[in-house]
Amino acid sequence: MKPLRDVFGDTLVQLANTNPNVLVLDADLANSTKADKFAAAHPDKFLEMGIAEQNFVGVATGLASLGFVPWLSSFTVFFTHRAVDPVRMLVAQTHANVKIGAAYAGLLTGYTGKTHQDVQDLGIMRAMPGMTVLAPADEFECEAMIRWATEYQGPVYLRLSREGGPAAFAADYRFSAGRTYQLREGKDLLMISTGPQSVRCVEAADYLAEKGISAGVLHVPSIRPVNVEEIVKSCESVPIVFTVEEHTVLGGLGGLVAEILTEHLPKRLIRFGIEDRWGESAPNAYLLDHFRLSGLRVSEQVADYLKTAKV
Amino acid sequence: MSAKTDYNELEQLARRGRWLVISTVARSGAGHVGGPMSAMDVMIALYFRVMKVRPDEPRWPERDRFILSKGHSAIGLYTVMALRGYLPVEELKTFDKERSRLQGHPDMTKLPGLEASTGSLGQGLSVGLGIALGARLRGNKFQTFVMIGDGELQEGMVWEAVHVAPRYKLGNLTAILDWNCLQQFGWPLGPGEENRGDKRNPWAGVDLKGIFEKFGWRVLETDGHDFSKIISTLEEAKSFGDSDRPTMVLAHTIKGKGLRLTEGKYEWHSKIATKEELKMAAKELGIEELVA
Repeated sequence: MKPLRDVFGDTLVQLANTNPNVLVLDADLANSTKADKFAAAHPDKFLEMGIAEQNFVGVATGLASLGFVPWLSSFTVFFTHRAVDPVRMLVAQTHANVKIGAAYAGLLTGYTGKTHQDVQDLGIMRAMPGMTVLAPADEFECEAMIRWATEYQGPVYLRLSREGGPAAFAADYRFSAGRTYQLREGKDLLMISTGPQSVRCVEAADYLAEKGISAGVLHVPSIRPVNVEEIVKSCESVPIVFTVEEHTVLGGLGGLVAEILTEHLPKRLIRFGIEDRWGESAPNAYLLDHFRLSGLRVSEQVADYLKTAKV
Repeated sequence: MSAKTDYNELEQLARRGRWLVISTVARSGAGHVGGPMSAMDVMIALYFRVMKVRPDEPRWPERDRFILSKGHSAIGLYTVMALRGYLPVEELKTFDKERSRLQGHPDMTKLPGLEASTGSLGQGLSVGLGIALGARLRGNKFQTFVMIGDGELQEGMVWEAVHVAPRYKLGNLTAILDWNCLQQFGWPLGPGEENRGDKRNPWAGVDLKGIFEKFGWRVLETDGHDFSKIISTLEEAKSFGDSDRPTMVLAHTIKGKGLRLTEGKYEWHSKIATKEELKMAAKELGIEELVA
């Protein structure tokens, strides 16, 4: 399937053909994030800002005040860590119409190692009032989110995996903020996930089915806002819930679901993801195996837990 | 009205502004004094002479923009905006109080007329750069002014904007450095070191003019407390709106300017005046009638 970074570049090229307010600001990574496709197609709407991410967040805020729809393009880590203060004060606190295209999210960052692996971003961004936080599973959802975010008035954080993967949806997918998607029904347990990890959870559900375990998968593409009722409803019929994320188990999707279930539907919740540790530089297959996030490893973790725990 | 009379009027406004700063902060029990005092004359000149604005129509698209990047001087900006008619002077009493539009640091979501929310230092110039760049893309003719502090200039993000603005040839962007030589705590003053207060000038020995010029900015200098010079300098900066270089105005100011009590004293960065001090301030500023 098409890598999400290509979807990012291609979709913005199309949007700028019809929406004169769309701009793309780059922090010297356009040939990594594929914003270079936009630079080639719309050179007058492509603004190179150099290696200075705090400044380009501020510049986007100023542009947005004049009615432009600025899309910022850089690596996730430079938004949620390097430039988190201007993101917080200039963008989130003023509800500026700035779109954050956060590329290379999670572990699979192309051999960069822990310096560039951002597995805290969901926890950081979902703690900001007024921020919309989205994590697409596949190319169709990614394109739909970019189109939605460009029309929406307000700040949006789009968590983009570098890679492509198997599709979760069809080409006619339409995004609706807050909605969740039941990708697989199951009666023994529910896995809740986000981003491309949701697709790996469907794979895990297949492995579990081979062992006679009926596992459901709920995809939560919209970390903020999120439809609490839908999550509660999906959890009602199963005895145990697992969250699985390409993110630290602290404060991200696992934290979100823990907050919801504690308040609305107390039940056993197990959080899988990156434990309290940093990543490393390695091939994707190794990282998914090592952090037990591949479909096979997730299924093993779930099965192991069910064996030892009295559910 | 002669030019001289004009300056008398502005000087009177500035004296009243300084009184409103120190008395409002005293009433609220919180806020900053030294920074608003050093910036007062420049902001009065901007809002009463240099910028084209419509206080009763704060979103007028063609207005000139002003961003107070050193957001902790908020009460100074609110005061000037009140004197100019953006809000009732009476409303200054709500400063820092519950449900006030006048937050401790400027909040553009609360008070119309604010072009940016500021407070965490170093960020305003980037927003101004974005506005100026957007104006160029749109073909708008207004000027964008951003005031930064000399303490604030220590923030790395300012230098990111200093680097990028000349690349986009933004003559419609004017930065003003409120170079009052004192920051909240700063470094001790060594023997014989340059100063305009009781601590070391944070940029002593640094050729800021040369540095900004090397980055590609046009640099103008002014005494930040002489209306004739402030206005001619800012008008000159504004006249470069269509040019291909942003302008940096180095405004030489004195922190706490206007009162013997506060001038050049770093403690007055953020301090509450006593009743006695308020009386002295009112007398020195020539507005006894307001003290009673």
